[in-house]
Amino acid sequence: MIIEDVLCPFCGCLCDDIKVEVEGGRVVGVKRACRLGSSKILGHERIGAPMVRRDGKLFETTYDDAYDRAARILKGAKRPLLYGWCSTVCETAKKGILLAEEVGGVIDSTATVCHGPSIIGIEEKGLSGSTLGQVKNRADLIVFWGANPAEAHPRHTMRYSSNSKGMFTPEGRGGRKVIVVDVRKTRTAKNADKFILIRPGTDYEVISALRMIVKGKGDLIPETVAGVDKADLEEAAGMMKAAKFGSILFGLGMTHSRGRYKNVDNALSLVADLNGFTKFVVMAMRGHYNVAGFGQVCAWETGYPMAVDLSRGAPYFNPGETAACDLLGRREADAMMVVAADPASNFPRATVEAMAEIPVIQVDPFPNPTTFLADVVIPTAVCGIEAEGTAYRMDGLSLRMKKVVDSGLPTDEEVVENILDRVRRLADDN
Amino acid sequence: MIIEGGIVYDPINGVLGEEMDVSIEDGRVVEESQDGEKIDARGMLVMPGGVDAHAHIAGAKVNTGRIMRPEDGRRGTEARTKLLRPSTGYTVPNCYAIGYRYARLGYTTAFEAATPILEARHTHEELEEIPIVDKGALTLFGNNWEVLECVRDGDLDKLAAFLAWGLRASRGYGVKVVNPGGGEAWGYGGNVKGIDDPVPNFDVTAREIIRYLMRANEALRLPHSVHLHTNNLGKPGNYETTLATLRAVEDIASSRDRQVLHVTHMQFSAYGGTGWRDFESKAPEIADYFNRHEQFTMDMGQLIFGSATTMTADAPLEYGNARLLKAKWSNHDIELEESSGVVPLVYGRKNPINAIQWAIGLELALLTEDPWQMIMTTDHPNGGPFVNYPEVVALLMSRAKREEELATLHDLASKRSSLPSIEREMDWNDIAIVTRAGPARILGLAEKGHLGVGADGDVSIYDINPEKVDPSKEHEEVKAALAGAKYAIKGGEVVVRDGEVVAVPQGRTYWVDASVPEDAAARVKADLVEKFAKYYSIQMSNYMVQDAYVTRPRVIGAGVI
Amino acid sequence: MISGRTLGQGASLEAKTSPEFFKAVSFCALSQEDYDALGIFGEGNVLVRSEFGEVVVSAKKDEGLPPGVIFIPMGPWANAVVGRKTGGCGTPQFKGEKVEVERTKMPVMDIQELFADVKTRGGDRS
Repeated sequence: MIIEDVLCPFCGCLCDDIKVEVEGGRVVGVKRACRLGSSKILGHERIGAPMVRRDGKLFETTYDDAYDRAARILKGAKRPLLYGWCSTVCETAKKGILLAEEVGGVIDSTATVCHGPSIIGIEEKGLSGSTLGQVKNRADLIVFWGANPAEAHPRHTMRYSSNSKGMFTPEGRGGRKVIVVDVRKTRTAKNADKFILIRPGTDYEVISALRMIVKGKGDLIPETVAGVDKADLEEAAGMMKAAKFGSILFGLGMTHSRGRYKNVDNALSLVADLNGFTKFVVMAMRGHYNVAGFGQVCAWETGYPMAVDLSRGAPYFNPGETAACDLLGRREADAMMVVAADPASNFPRATVEAMAEIPVIQVDPFPNPTTFLADVVIPTAVCGIEAEGTAYRMDGLSLRMKKVVDSGLPTDEEVVENILDRVRRLADDN
Repeated sequence: MIIEGGIVYDPINGVLGEEMDVSIEDGRVVEESQDGEKIDARGMLVMPGGVDAHAHIAGAKVNTGRIMRPEDGRRGTEARTKLLRPSTGYTVPNCYAIGYRYARLGYTTAFEAATPILEARHTHEELEEIPIVDKGALTLFGNNWEVLECVRDGDLDKLAAFLAWGLRASRGYGVKVVNPGGGEAWGYGGNVKGIDDPVPNFDVTAREIIRYLMRANEALRLPHSVHLHTNNLGKPGNYETTLATLRAVEDIASSRDRQVLHVTHMQFSAYGGTGWRDFESKAPEIADYFNRHEQFTMDMGQLIFGSATTMTADAPLEYGNARLLKAKWSNHDIELEESSGVVPLVYGRKNPINAIQWAIGLELALLTEDPWQMIMTTDHPNGGPFVNYPEVVALLMSRAKREEELATLHDLASKRSSLPSIEREMDWNDIAIVTRAGPARILGLAEKGHLGVGADGDVSIYDINPEKVDPSKEHEEVKAALAGAKYAIKGGEVVVRDGEVVAVPQGRTYWVDASVPEDAAARVKADLVEKFAKYYSIQMSNYMVQDAYVTRPRVIGAGVI
Repeated sequence: MISGRTLGQGASLEAKTSPEFFKAVSFCALSQEDYDALGIFGEGNVLVRSEFGEVVVSAKKDEGLPPGVIFIPMGPWANAVVGRKTGGCGTPQFKGEKVEVERTKMPVMDIQELFADVKTRGGDRS
């Protein structure tokens, strides 16, 4: 049986045209998904059963036991950190926030090691954006800055950007210009009309130079900026101003490099400047399929999109102080719950060492290095394949993920709910 | 439950300050109830629960406001309690704060002013999180490609069928139109300059869009009329566009016992002058027109000094705001449908333009003779946050308060508006109309805004005695009393007592399910199949808002058949 | 050092204990110039060291890289040399860390080994 219009639970593209073949209650085939999505949908080795660590080793246990232990860890902690949330649906996030409120913890998502700086940039300058379909239908200039969709968002260029066809862009790639700015010539750069190589950590200067040229102050710029020839910058700025509808799609090259949110702040400002001359939009190429969703839910529930400290009963937001890496870096978190993420792999080693010193609860379908550190491990259904729920695409569009097969496993949402329930009972007992 | 001895204002049922009991059973007003809770409301003002017909409280642009304004989050922070989730925010409160704060004001129904169809799921996710109040959302149609094509082709039947489909897809309540045509032009950074300026690529004008949408709205007999945010909003001299718009639709008849068009936040559309230098109020001209044309209604869009966050589907306006104020700016174009912008700002008493704008909102309300044509709003949070509604009521009821305020403002407020000369002071009957009875009628909510038998048991009781307190002199008391209801009752349950939230039931979400002839529906479907195949970035089967997002629906039927 | 996404890394993202992940993520790409300068002929490993830590990864050539820039796919190998500080914004600097690279005969640790000594610092806290 082929199930149509399934949403892919991998990257921020949230492609919703996937065909999944199901036979005997199992996924046996996938069509249209890229290599990344197919791989996830077809499946990987799973955590077999709930586990708890004793004498340094993980032993199987029951879900009830795992929920109890998790609740005790969180309730007993002074500063628990509830982290992850990017590879699960919004419904899970809602329960997670409630749980964080209940235990007076800090809740944070993978955005803080990804596009968190973009959020901060938006807090400084706002973001002039659009849905992906608007880019598809109108954009005649695509700028990929510090982003490599060829490897991170494989169907993006064909579905939404440089190679897509729309109402006012019937020629597709032929009717567009593509600029790629990066510190290396990536696969994406091979598709570019213009490639600008910049030195690592120089995004800020280069953007500043572009802004100056755009606003007619190009004569103040030296012959090279951060190793880039002025002529190249002038050409790029010219292409931007000449576009009918330009777009800058930026990735972690901006957010992970020296300058972090200041790079994004400057890029957002560049786009605002360009709107004085022509239509221009900008978009953050969100990595995981629902990291944007967590940000949305957290914002409407607490007022802030990430790194929310609920220890005083009222939300307090201060990335640099309340983000996961900050808490762990200062060895302030004394317990950690990880839902749908793998910080052990994706945090700096020293931060991971701090994680290793505290009790860690992992809620995930798949084993990964966080499992190596976890004291309680709770396997769950894979959202988008074995569980329904809401996810937000990189442009802020929300869609409903489908369930195509049964897993017999609890969902992330159910697990968090169960732990919340037990935490509340512990509170009542006190 | 029996609310005993209150001084009741229920204009829809002709009750104007009578001392009487109100009985509620099973969530509805009944003739008489013997059992149940007794609430002593003697010496207190009793009105139906407040109805906010226009506020930006749920959806993508509201959340954009929250995300881009953490500095707003820090204002209005309240810790969680056993009963309540934490609250944050002043101009862009979190969902829980919205519900709690409306309830504390004695409001029991609130409508989201504008939701795009493509992102309606988000709107409903947020509405679901807002506690206590009953709610709904108005669906944006004025820049939608299918609408523009139907208007271009003069196909009224197909347009009506599309409205029905769009309302179902978005679980929306009514037809919202914002800067018609301009939103589409903004797709390439443009706008329309007036109602006869053709929309690029579609060869239709705002005049045509508005007329067709109104005719289709009436053909479907929708409970609410078209709800319009005019072209050229916010521009000096725009009152001419406003009047031209109204004149353009004078001939259209309403299909129900209500207005044929509701113009929203009229303050922003009542400007004279040719620029900011000679900016002045044209509220008298607008009010005069409304006084001579009873088929139109409006809401104020009153300014509140201090912090505000402008957020509208008038994206070019927001870009203009940002440039003018050098403010941070978010914009969001929605493929095939709409566009929107969010810009924070501060309204200053000594800013001459803001001072005049402040006067205009009040002028409009006071110069429009029939309070049934007027709703009190601040276009939350564009004019200011809704928690300031008591301030607006006090201003409407007290000339002395208006004079006090004017004295603190830039003197152009007095020179460029007629406010100083206005003597009228609204009374409690007027207030009951402009905050409850009127909006309920205008929206077409039959069980809201009144306390007749069968009405929803939504009641607000304020600790102020209308027979003893003179609102004209004791406006401070009026403001204080309205800021925290003595009791707010929702569906027969006490939700607020002494200004504190004591219960958090879940409200219901209104939406309209309109039926249309099959052939028209089929023609719409064919168009949509093509649009999804070629232009949308998602599959048609994933587009519509699913049941999971509206867990407590209140469906109102309508349609041609 | 730049760390980032690759197709191979993404395809095995949910299978981090697999040989595919090891193969996809435990390498370091260098420009032709740097590769040659290190004297690696054919295959070989390199020791990448920053002020924060060090890691052994296998070496590859990538013509897209300019000299002086190496690329390690995002993951635990790359993160061995990334510092914990977030500069007051919550996000560590995963791209653009200054590193020293030298040829080495040391083997590349697999994922279990990589976390072996991190694990032992933990304990039974359940």
